[in-house]
Amino acid sequence: MEFAVQIGRGVIDLLAYVGGLTRLSLEAGYYAFVSPFRGRPLRLDRAISQAMEVGVRALPVLSLITFFIGLILAMQGAYELRKFGAIHFVADAVAISMTRELGPLITAIVVIGRSGSAFAAELGTMKVNEEIDALETMAISPVQFLVTPKFLGMIMMLPCLTIWANFMGVLGGSLFGVWKADFSWVGYIHATLDALFLRDIMTGLVKSVMFGITITAVGCAEGLATGQGAESVGKSTTAAVVMSIFLVVIVDLVFTTLFFFLGGS
Amino acid sequence: MATPAQNPESDVMISLRDLRVAYGEREILHGVSMDVQRGATLTILGGSGSGKSTLLRSLVGLEKPSSGEIWIRGKNIAAISNDDMDEIRRKMGMSFQSGALFGSMTVGENVALPLREHTRLEDSTIEIMTRLKLEQVGLAGFEDYYPAELSGGMKKRAAVARALSMDPEILFFDEPSAGLDPIIAAGIDQLILELKQAFHMTIIVVTHELASAFLIADQMVYIDKGQIIAKGTPAEMKANPLPRVRQFFDRVAEPEVEQEMDYLQMLTAEHHPPPKR
Repeated sequence: MEFAVQIGRGVIDLLAYVGGLTRLSLEAGYYAFVSPFRGRPLRLDRAISQAMEVGVRALPVLSLITFFIGLILAMQGAYELRKFGAIHFVADAVAISMTRELGPLITAIVVIGRSGSAFAAELGTMKVNEEIDALETMAISPVQFLVTPKFLGMIMMLPCLTIWANFMGVLGGSLFGVWKADFSWVGYIHATLDALFLRDIMTGLVKSVMFGITITAVGCAEGLATGQGAESVGKSTTAAVVMSIFLVVIVDLVFTTLFFFLGGS
Repeated sequence: MATPAQNPESDVMISLRDLRVAYGEREILHGVSMDVQRGATLTILGGSGSGKSTLLRSLVGLEKPSSGEIWIRGKNIAAISNDDMDEIRRKMGMSFQSGALFGSMTVGENVALPLREHTRLEDSTIEIMTRLKLEQVGLAGFEDYYPAELSGGMKKRAAVARALSMDPEILFFDEPSAGLDPIIAAGIDQLILELKQAFHMTIIVVTHELASAFLIADQMVYIDKGQIIAKGTPAEMKANPLPRVRQFFDRVAEPEVEQEMDYLQMLTAEHHPPPKR
């Protein structure tokens, strides 16, 4: 009984938390897309500098990780496929699992580690230093000034990063394909292109946009909810990373289910 | 019942009516009422935990009162839309205890920020105005420095320059001289006096520095445990016979310790509720 009550309370807390994230995202959306038409011009420069930070600076580490993931996928796939004499399907396996699932997911996790945590730490430090209060007393909305550019930067960059991650994953797979599966470089690329449908790539990109919204909302909400003192900044940062990973997986589950039933896989 | 402050033309700039503020279950301000005249400097005195910072935060709209009214320039900010609140905030400037300058911007960008966000002035005009404000606080030539490169007193001055950037009618200071050496602190007092004389601003200062409070104030209130227990001009306050006020002014330590024990007990009581079974 006690146990059931606790689960119920946990679910209600989580729903309330997601409700808070939704409100923050909608408010940011209002400042990004509605209020510019009501005489409050959107400052794109801040969004662009966020996009640099979130996107461009993540490229080296993301490239390495997804290249290796592609290579690992190819080897794992080949391990099973060669039992059936179907090792040439390794290109299909890598291409589909990268674009539909692992590309967006790995990208999201790298971005959580780099930027989700940074958002929480930045806003948390500003909260502790009374800078958030200062913005409010200057009649500048912290959501408009600080959160909206992060959303814009993230939504711009996460799909781009995902496309790049897909590419690097396929490149990693092709290394194995050429090395062990008797593919030529061109042959591997052809096999990949044949295996992929535009829908595979699009579902991955839709996911990545949702991941971007989730990561930004969690990072900013945790940052803004920071209490007092340096210690609470650390707590917010940890909470932002843990919560983002959890919610990204939930969002992934929801959208994969949706695509499965909508698209007949 | 119409209070004087409900009329925007009246000489009362700020008027509080039975203001109550609570954090969760715990009420911090238990019904505060007071008036501040246009152009007057009011100092709010009180010990740590008395509620004076909460009072200041309510005045600038950072805390929502649980009941009561806060009339500023003819509007009750306790029951006001966000847009109207922003309108009033453009007429207010606040200097935070820590300065609260944005660490990622230079001093000049900090001071220019309200102008960039709220006006459509040309960049060159904003630059000139920024320089003017920095000169007013004695920081001419520091616009390209980052806050981290400034000393404590300079940060406070820069914060004042930022608070001044929209030419406010009301200026709020939270502990302006806390953490500064006496010479720098005296400089900040001097700055407040100059602003008062030059611009006829209404100035509200929360402090526990007695010398500074008496030097700059036209009116003073003393807050104890969330209530105003004494108010008046500096001369009246000096002659106030209330034991709590005398204790504060004469810096008598011992009973204060007793008070803090009560306070501690109150705090710990919440964390250790009596066993139920």
